Amino acid sequence: MKMTPEEYGELARQASPPSPTGKNLAMAFLVGGGICMLGEGLRLCYRALGATEQNAPTLVSVTLVALAVALTGLGVYDKLAKVAGAGTLVPITGFANAVASPSIEFKSEGLVLGLAAKMFLIAGPVLVYGTAASVAYGVLVWLWGLF
Amino acid sequence: MQVLTALVKAFLVGGALCAAGQLLIDRTRLTPARILTSYVVAGVVLGGLGLYPKLVEFAGAGASVPLLGFGSLLAQGVRRAVAQQGLLGALTGGFTAASAGITAALFFSLLAALAAKSKAK
Amino acid sequence: MALRKGRHTILFETPPSLRAFAAIGSDMEAQGPLGQCFDLIERDAYFGQDSWERAESQMQERVVRRVLEKAQLPPSQVQGAFAGDLLNQCVGSTYGLRGLGVPYVGLFGACSTMAEALVAAAVFLEAGAMERAVACTSSHFCTAERQFRYPLEYGGQRPPTAQWTATAAGAALLDRGERPPFIRGAVVGAIRDLGITDAANMGAAMAPAAADTLARFFADTGLRPQQFDLVVTGDLGLVGSRLLRQLLEEEGFPLDRCHADCGLMLYDRQKQDVHAGGSGCGCSAAVLCGHLLPLLRQGTLQNLLFVATGALMSPTVVQQGESIPGIAHLVWLSHKKSGEVASCRC
Repeated sequence: MKMTPEEYGELARQASPPSPTGKNLAMAFLVGGGICMLGEGLRLCYRALGATEQNAPTLVSVTLVALAVALTGLGVYDKLAKVAGAGTLVPITGFANAVASPSIEFKSEGLVLGLAAKMFLIAGPVLVYGTAASVAYGVLVWLWGLF
Repeated sequence: MQVLTALVKAFLVGGALCAAGQLLIDRTRLTPARILTSYVVAGVVLGGLGLYPKLVEFAGAGASVPLLGFGSLLAQGVRRAVAQQGLLGALTGGFTAASAGITAALFFSLLAALAAKSKAK
Repeated sequence: MALRKGRHTILFETPPSLRAFAAIGSDMEAQGPLGQCFDLIERDAYFGQDSWERAESQMQERVVRRVLEKAQLPPSQVQGAFAGDLLNQCVGSTYGLRGLGVPYVGLFGACSTMAEALVAAAVFLEAGAMERAVACTSSHFCTAERQFRYPLEYGGQRPPTAQWTATAAGAALLDRGERPPFIRGAVVGAIRDLGITDAANMGAAMAPAAADTLARFFADTGLRPQQFDLVVTGDLGLVGSRLLRQLLEEEGFPLDRCHADCGLMLYDRQKQDVHAGGSGCGCSAAVLCGHLLPLLRQGTLQNLLFVATGALMSPTVVQQGESIPGIAHLVWLSHKKSGEVASCRC
């Protein structure tokens, strides 16, 4: 076979069916928007129940996280995600699923080295780079304040 | 009416942010973990520039629920802490602001993992 | 003795017989078009065990015990077990076969393992080193997901090129008897890599290896694809099958209509959510042992080329940016022990 990797890569690209982007976008929009709308509904409820403006969004996050973790444990979240794609990935529920799913999966390797150690297999980078970016930002803010 | 407007705004803005993520999945070869990470870091930047809080003001949970909102929250927390504690705030502010979400994810996941078993697909 | 023909093709002077064979699968496999072909179906994907790895081992143990039962042999009458799977250190096979007390040759050929095991066992038999040997391999959707991809409950979307790892195993018992089918020839594949880095497109990564192995067999023997009832590739799936046909056409060996792919046979792609088709060692092993070998025994199929394909990757090296090398081993299976190959029935 005299084909170069470049030529073959092109051939493989042509042979591969593309992702159904139109349908995927629509589902991500609908489900993602739906989760956010649920969040907004919850926020308004918490406000009506007397939560402060600052606490209400926090309560929303906690509620959505609990819901996503429960659905992950029941084996439902991944089925929804198969259809919704980024619609279930981008909201905070996606972060919760990323924490819950490896801990359930790797429980078979023990409570310490399995469940707990693998908890951040997927979500770890989010915390690491999110925190690092915020530290960098904090240093900039501090330097700005010096002058 | 006000409630309805708030819900529609949350739906449209949240949906658009998710659709943008879907474009990244389908059109680039970024893995989901990379997309989540980019969203959070982008949230820190947009939050730091003061742009994202404006979107949150407009769309409520439509902007705060997507992970960009999590990033923005980290940035705001840091800014507040630096104002109060100086440079130390750069280290304490992020987690202080985001502690509820992170702790909830950890603790609920622990409970779920103790109760649930991985299921066949 | 085994003879070498041309550069790489092995021909057997006294072709080993496949005395007994069996396939085991789970729910998805039972729902597929070949659901009736399995000897054993276990709807519980845990196979009564408490971890996915133990489930896979259990699957191998059951299928090997079933083959021995069908051959009416105790394990002590078998001199070798040639087995492998996708798991790290091939634990699916080692823990599955540890209770049998049969001398064990562990193999890693990813999804090409069934063909690799058959070739190795046949050569041992031809050399007179063994009287009887078992070739066996398995894959399990859940063990493969957690080792190679994501936790099962993780919400991810698979691209259309991705394949579904079969929860299945197949085993065959070889001896020097007279029951068809027979292993007439074999080609041990060379590693081929044309630079595919997308772990969700294994078919594309493996197609060059399949084309290379088939082209070498046809060049070495002077036979043509059309002289075989069927050329069956392992698990190239939709994308890899398209590419294989294109590559072989360029080599001057068009497959026309005599090509089939185990990954496209095991599941119904219209009804089952398997994207580009099935994959995993168990996919080609179960299709071979449950569906194709019975047809060869009856004589419905006279000559068949079984080309199991494997992607020899690990998540670690793929994360380091390496491309995915493919391999394909060929086994020529025939209803007759000798004679010319003239049939063109496809």
